[in-house]
Amino acid sequence: MRYLDEAFRVKVGLAEMLKGGVIMDVTDARQAEIAEKAGACAVMALERVPADIRKEGGVARMSAIRVMREIMRTVSIPVMAKVRIGHFAEAQVLEALEVDYIDESEVLTPADEEFHIDKRAFKVPFVCGCRNLGEALRRIAEGAAMIRTKGEAGSGNIVEAVRHMRTIVREMKQLTVLGPEELVAESKKLGAPLELVEYVHQNGKLPVPNFSAGGIATPADAALARFLGAEAVFVGSGIFKSSDPETRAKAIVKANTNYTDPKAVLEASEELGEAMPGLDVAKLPESELMQTRGW
Amino acid sequence: MRVGVLALQGDFEAHAAALRRACASADVVEVRQVAHLEGLAGLVIPGGESTTMLKLMEYYGLFEPLREFGSRRPVFGTCAGAILLASEVLNPAQASLGLVDLTVERNAYGRQLDSRVVRIAGHELGGEPELEAVFIRAPIIRHIGEGCQVLAQYGGDPVLVEAGSHLVATFHPELSSDPRVHSLFLSKVTV
Repeated sequence: MRYLDEAFRVKVGLAEMLKGGVIMDVTDARQAEIAEKAGACAVMALERVPADIRKEGGVARMSAIRVMREIMRTVSIPVMAKVRIGHFAEAQVLEALEVDYIDESEVLTPADEEFHIDKRAFKVPFVCGCRNLGEALRRIAEGAAMIRTKGEAGSGNIVEAVRHMRTIVREMKQLTVLGPEELVAESKKLGAPLELVEYVHQNGKLPVPNFSAGGIATPADAALARFLGAEAVFVGSGIFKSSDPETRAKAIVKANTNYTDPKAVLEASEELGEAMPGLDVAKLPESELMQTRGW
Repeated sequence: MRVGVLALQGDFEAHAAALRRACASADVVEVRQVAHLEGLAGLVIPGGESTTMLKLMEYYGLFEPLREFGSRRPVFGTCAGAILLASEVLNPAQASLGLVDLTVERNAYGRQLDSRVVRIAGHELGGEPELEAVFIRAPIIRHIGEGCQVLAQYGGDPVLVEAGSHLVATFHPELSSDPRVHSLFLSKVTV
């Protein structure tokens, strides 16, 4: 398949290495160090955590270069960084900086309300968010080598992450039972290329790893996301907006590995203090939702 | 024959699939806790982040049991697994199981932009003359001890090393369809 050439395999290769892990949002080198020491498999550099972007408003952009360089110097694990949707010039800067993965993210203020970045034009791999299968396959068609369900970033509420993971898993299962004559119409319905629809029809999964993000705040939240099909989890505000970032980071890493063993999740949760304050997503006005950004 | 794959973090599923490709009857189990090591004939330590795996070994008390397991049964490590099996780790220095007399430098080719797929000729695996090797933020073996045999090299550095019953690769044979490296490991497990 033309989407899955050798350059793409190298990009997916790093996503494979992050499976089963916890990727943590960090805003500076000190937080990155806490994340690495707790056992994060990668860190995601961003200007402000989603909960603060939500509270403070304004335009959210790529992180300051000085801060990203310091993070890259401080930790030995992969460093990811966020760019605004469609802002390929920001992405070029991050590629020149040699970050390990770029997240074209709905958490930042979109730069283009029609088009995402042509990610195949880059050597650095990209991860993108999705709420359903059509959105995931469009991003893969553009060159994303990792998908994460969006959830609702900065909410501390797992409900949207659950909705999006259940949706995509259900849609993938449904594709596997269709007849070959149904696939072209399905491709039209999903708004996704036929080749990728055929891939999911045959394999029952995406051609790239599928992680979960947006609302994970506790060890049990991480376990829930994994049970529903996430191959790894992103934790944003959940760690550094809690009362005990170090303990919580460790607890989520610990529970995430043995999520199928309730005793291990219990043990990981034992010493925890206050989780981040959560938001009722149903009460957020449509204009404040981050998950609806992306086309 | 029951073979374990350390499933703390990383591409353990790719290894399980590769073991099954190499031997359809292999009984592959995921190892996340000490009790899961019981009755295993061999163990694979996959690619992933070595610092993360070390932390999880600490959280679940697996470090010493893994060393003990490796002292009597074959272990195969790829990339992060190679780092964990080594006797000395550089960039930065970190703890390791020390089951194979090797010095390994982490992320020695650079960052993700330096990851690559290459074809290696002149290896010692037999069969097809070329071996595909996928390197992802790979380490480089800087020194090998006595008793280590180099089975493949890339750019003048050893990338596949046999040491008694253990096997070490700095690349990811589990991400290629060629089953030869996993077959070699399984042949050590069945001895």
